[in-house]
Amino acid sequence: MAHALRNAGAISGLGITPMGRIYGKSATEFAADAVRAAIADSGLKHDDIDGLLINAGITGNIGGGITLGLQNYLGLKNLRLLNHMNAAGSTAAQMVQYATMAIANGMARHVVCVFSDAPLTEGSKTGAAYGGAGRIAPRPRGMAGLYAAAGYFGANTGYALAAQRHMAMYGTTQDHFGIIAVGQRQWATMNPMAQMREPITMEDYHASRWVIEPLHLLDCCLVSNGAVAVIVSSADEAKSMAQPPVYIRGMGQGHPGDTGRAGNDAETETGAKIAARTAFGMAGVGPEDVTQCQLYDCYTYTVLVTLEDYGFCKKGEGGPFVEDGKLGPGGSLPTNTGGGELSAYYMWGMTPLSEAVIQGRGQGGDRQAKNDVILCTGNGGTLAYHGALILSPHAN
Amino acid sequence: MTQPAQVTKPLPEADDASKPFWDGAMEGRLVILRCADCKAWRMPWRHHCDQCLSDRSTWEQASGRGVVRTFGIMHQKYHPAFEVPYNVTIVELAEGPRITTNLVGVSNADIRVGMPVVVDWERHSDITLPKFRPA
Repeated sequence: MAHALRNAGAISGLGITPMGRIYGKSATEFAADAVRAAIADSGLKHDDIDGLLINAGITGNIGGGITLGLQNYLGLKNLRLLNHMNAAGSTAAQMVQYATMAIANGMARHVVCVFSDAPLTEGSKTGAAYGGAGRIAPRPRGMAGLYAAAGYFGANTGYALAAQRHMAMYGTTQDHFGIIAVGQRQWATMNPMAQMREPITMEDYHASRWVIEPLHLLDCCLVSNGAVAVIVSSADEAKSMAQPPVYIRGMGQGHPGDTGRAGNDAETETGAKIAARTAFGMAGVGPEDVTQCQLYDCYTYTVLVTLEDYGFCKKGEGGPFVEDGKLGPGGSLPTNTGGGELSAYYMWGMTPLSEAVIQGRGQGGDRQAKNDVILCTGNGGTLAYHGALILSPHAN
Repeated sequence: MTQPAQVTKPLPEADDASKPFWDGAMEGRLVILRCADCKAWRMPWRHHCDQCLSDRSTWEQASGRGVVRTFGIMHQKYHPAFEVPYNVTIVELAEGPRITTNLVGVSNADIRVGMPVVVDWERHSDITLPKFRPA
């Protein structure tokens, strides 16, 4: 018997603001723009919204992030579901999961899930918001100060160290990372929303400056101001709404834990392994059925290791798996077809989710790929938190 | 543009909880926590053992030996006091816990995952930091 949550919910609305170095709006204002667009897109009325889940992005940590006050800013009354969620980059997928479970159990009908962020200010460095060095005390207290004393700064460091471990264990090369960056940029040239639309070559990739070896600048995601909102409704209701429904066929999470000691392989074995079993099991599909992927791509390496952990290839074989360019336009496994976080925009887990909705509706234009089974993932921390959605335009 | 004031690297400051670690470092001994119940070693300081959740622990001297778990070579200047490039290295101690550190006595190009290393002390006026060098 099919899982009770298989195709119980659907994405019925999508709102995306302009992305990138866009100044003069707060995270709350970006969020309102995205929510207004999502409601209009769905054909619902303002009063139809009875659930709101929010995720604040990096401004939730460094200041200026959206809060539960967004409900009143949006004038949403008599909500039946409300929460501020944060499992880092896995949150977007998780918001959709909790919304679906609530709807399937009669606790809400139309739930808005919104991510908003505005870390960039005029003249600021792109990486500053995530580097954290500016917030380190001159004398950090206790053993936690060992990180700063060693010059371990920001998300880039954690992922560089994880990628290095994979390279040492399995012979993964810089070329393997590069082909991912080049392929996604090719996709981005077809996405008018993308921040980076100039094609790049492997030579450009290798010539791009080191951030922290083994990561070049072109291995690292963008940083964006902007917001994305999606609306989750029941599959039955979504059928008669304004947009083609994108059914939520399967869902899963995986959070492997890292106790920082021998025996733990958190750098190379991610929560995707755990999430895959739940999500594929619920959906009744396997990696061989997936026709396109929208994978969280904070770094090129994240894409490679995620493909392994979903079983598209064996552990350690992600490099050889991607090296024929199969993830790019014209390849056998179209992946991050909007350009992803590397080339389009960085809205945490809303980047893969927003593109998955566009693709699931068949609204991808020149970059539309086969959309029967879409694997959409979110990843947060240093490969610590993982959320998965299996999406499809078909409710069977 | 005015020149920024001289900035020094962020040097940790001992707190009550971690004082035995820093005192040991001043004496050239790597002293870390060990669960009094399940005997698992742990880093950094925390009140509870993550293996058995016991809140009983002792400070014990570790061997100071380990291997390079992974590393990166930082080129981005995040903090004005750090001259780039420099290595950021995770050492897995023989006792199991992993420590974030820098390797000394080896060029960045010669660092390898799996390389055996041993603790080496970087002394400052009121604090001593554990770094590691090839064994």
